[in-house]
Amino acid sequence: MTNIFEFFSNLQLIDWVFYFVGGLMIVFSLFAVEAKKVFDSILALSALSLLSVLLFIVLKAPDVAITEAAVGSGLASAVMIFALFRIKAGEKK
Amino acid sequence: MRRIWALLITAVFVYFLIGIYLPTLPEFGNIDMFRRVSFDYISKSTTREYQPVEFKHSKGLEEGSANVVTSIVVNYRSFDTLGEVTVLFTAALGVGILASIRKRRVEFEEHRVLSVATGIVFPLILLFGAYIFIHGHLTPGGGFPGGTVIALGVLLLMLAKNEFKVTDVAKYTEQIAGSGYVLVGLIGMAIAGVFLANFFPTGIVGELFSAGVVPIVYTLIGFKVGAELSSLVSELREGDRA
Repeated sequence: MTNIFEFFSNLQLIDWVFYFVGGLMIVFSLFAVEAKKVFDSILALSALSLLSVLLFIVLKAPDVAITEAAVGSGLASAVMIFALFRIKAGEKK
Repeated sequence: MRRIWALLITAVFVYFLIGIYLPTLPEFGNIDMFRRVSFDYISKSTTREYQPVEFKHSKGLEEGSANVVTSIVVNYRSFDTLGEVTVLFTAALGVGILASIRKRRVEFEEHRVLSVATGIVFPLILLFGAYIFIHGHLTPGGGFPGGTVIALGVLLLMLAKNEFKVTDVAKYTEQIAGSGYVLVGLIGMAIAGVFLANFFPTGIVGELFSAGVVPIVYTLIGFKVGAELSSLVSELREGDRA
């Protein structure tokens, strides 16, 4: 018990940011797996990419951060949403 | 039952990652860099004696880009980047083949605010994308993110105007830029004897016209990726029925 207390009292602010963003990422990825609609999963994946951009900037990797922001949270979700719309348009007919 | 198995497998993976693999790594930010190859890359001295690199002062280095990531990706490991471009081309080819099965076209309701705002924002997005890949050897970024930003601008245009469609110009741009990269490599082979060698003078570190062929290659990659991805998104949207 004292171990846990020491662990949490030694944390800096940046560590709190890490744990908060990492926890949110785990929550979003679980939501992406468990969501009833596929559309919600795509949005959750996009949010996951956006949060990882924050971590990349904190870890001083701006190159990766820019690429992840453009590809992961922008274009990849757009492509997936278009593909989803096409599948739905084929099913309805 | 499926969930229990998934939880069990995840627990085993997490145990091996955190309990066994992570303690073998050096502490974050405390790597002894002098015993690694990366030190030669960062100080730009793989073929010569070590000299300190000074921003805006060092001249005639073997590699002149201020951004270390770019100097590794486009200069020391340029053949790897050529393979990466080929992978992206193959992926776009696969999407094109899948999208050739015609279905209903994806349509959106046109909104006046969106279409007016797109007219203002679209040139700025193009400018930002071009800035990212032209300054790829100075600031973070490069051909791939710059091209993707341009493709995102085209995507915004597609959302705003229903009849907008990327024409064949994008395909020709992609072909010319992609073969231009190989051509730069062949010229390097003719002049310096190695495929994709840096045959221009490298100039002063930190200036816009420096780093030899790196800005040329990144501009070509930016055009290629931008044209490829925008035509990919447009192809995914098209269909034969309205």
